[in-house]
Amino acid sequence: MAVIRISAPETAEKNEVIEIKAMIQHPMETGYRRDERGDVIPRDIITNFRCGYNGEIVFEAEFLPGIAANPFLTFYLRATHSGSLNMSWTDQDGQSWSATHALTVA
Amino acid sequence: MRAAFAFLLGTLAACNPQPANTGAEMDLPRGVVRSGYEFLQPETRILQDDDFENPGLLWVQQGAVLFETPMQGGPACASCHGEGGRLLTGAAAHYPAMESQSGELVNLEGRINLCRERYQGAPALAYESSELLALTAYTASLARGMEQSVNITGAAAPYYDAGRAYFFARKGQYNLSCHQCHDENWGRQLRGDTISQGHGNAFPAYRLEWQDFGSLHRRLRDCDSGIRAEPLPYGSETYVAVELYLAKRAEGLVMESPGVRR
Repeated sequence: MAVIRISAPETAEKNEVIEIKAMIQHPMETGYRRDERGDVIPRDIITNFRCGYNGEIVFEAEFLPGIAANPFLTFYLRATHSGSLNMSWTDQDGQSWSATHALTVA
Repeated sequence: MRAAFAFLLGTLAACNPQPANTGAEMDLPRGVVRSGYEFLQPETRILQDDDFENPGLLWVQQGAVLFETPMQGGPACASCHGEGGRLLTGAAAHYPAMESQSGELVNLEGRINLCRERYQGAPALAYESSELLALTAYTASLARGMEQSVNITGAAAPYYDAGRAYFFARKGQYNLSCHQCHDENWGRQLRGDTISQGHGNAFPAYRLEWQDFGSLHRRLRDCDSGIRAEPLPYGSETYVAVELYLAKRAEGLVMESPGVRR
């Protein structure tokens, strides 16, 4: 279970630029570290983040091993119509987690 | 030459009637107690203070869910302690505390595991498991901003003494005690770091070095291995006793968990 935290306004004026913050609990293990026995700790990272706005992708990010644990993104988008923001994270093995945020545009 | 030497010795003795090193071990004076927060860089303080960005809140949020979830063989934590941990507000500020049934000193982790085994029909959780961290983070967060205050009298007194003895004992290849860094040299530089007073009021906490959330015992183990001493096992009675000594030593500081430390 990965914990997700989203911070975004619930309502916005039409064409207002809104700030979205999204954080997910994930170790982002680089694959370069070794454990106390000297064995390599296998890489385990999220590789992709997407934010859909009523189905249309409005923000996308590619993550590499240099990204810190519990990745935290802040981005902006223009509120044009009411709908849902669907945020999803996909890891290197194809497992994914998602969260939805409802936005009402006046 | 000999005369000059004798004179010097005489002067030294006159200036300093007590030998410099009596072996007397002074606790941190009450007036100078300062949270580790004050030794952090401004950016790290901002991270702790921000109620969205603080990564420790991921564990608090996870703990809040676990707290309300009924066990397979027993009640949810919330069925005794109230929804939203209403009846546990501030409780974490008084841990470690004596446990009346076993007559032993328990910390927050130990208390949670006792509850699970006795009342919830659930197995104890392993130290540093994500579930135990989440539950300690959540219960500690219910005491956020409250003053740490523990009872060290009665049956707790021997634990306090044992914790204090560990704090003052030199150990490891560097032959250092906790006291030497955190009482005698706090505020000074240790390479790039400023030495803090070594309080535990922010724990369980998110450490940037760990890129993870961890218990006070994990922090103590890091300190012990830092001076090249053998770390004690998680949940060891001695570390719980050290926790009690640290809590008393930090009296007057407020609970910061989920804190952020470097």
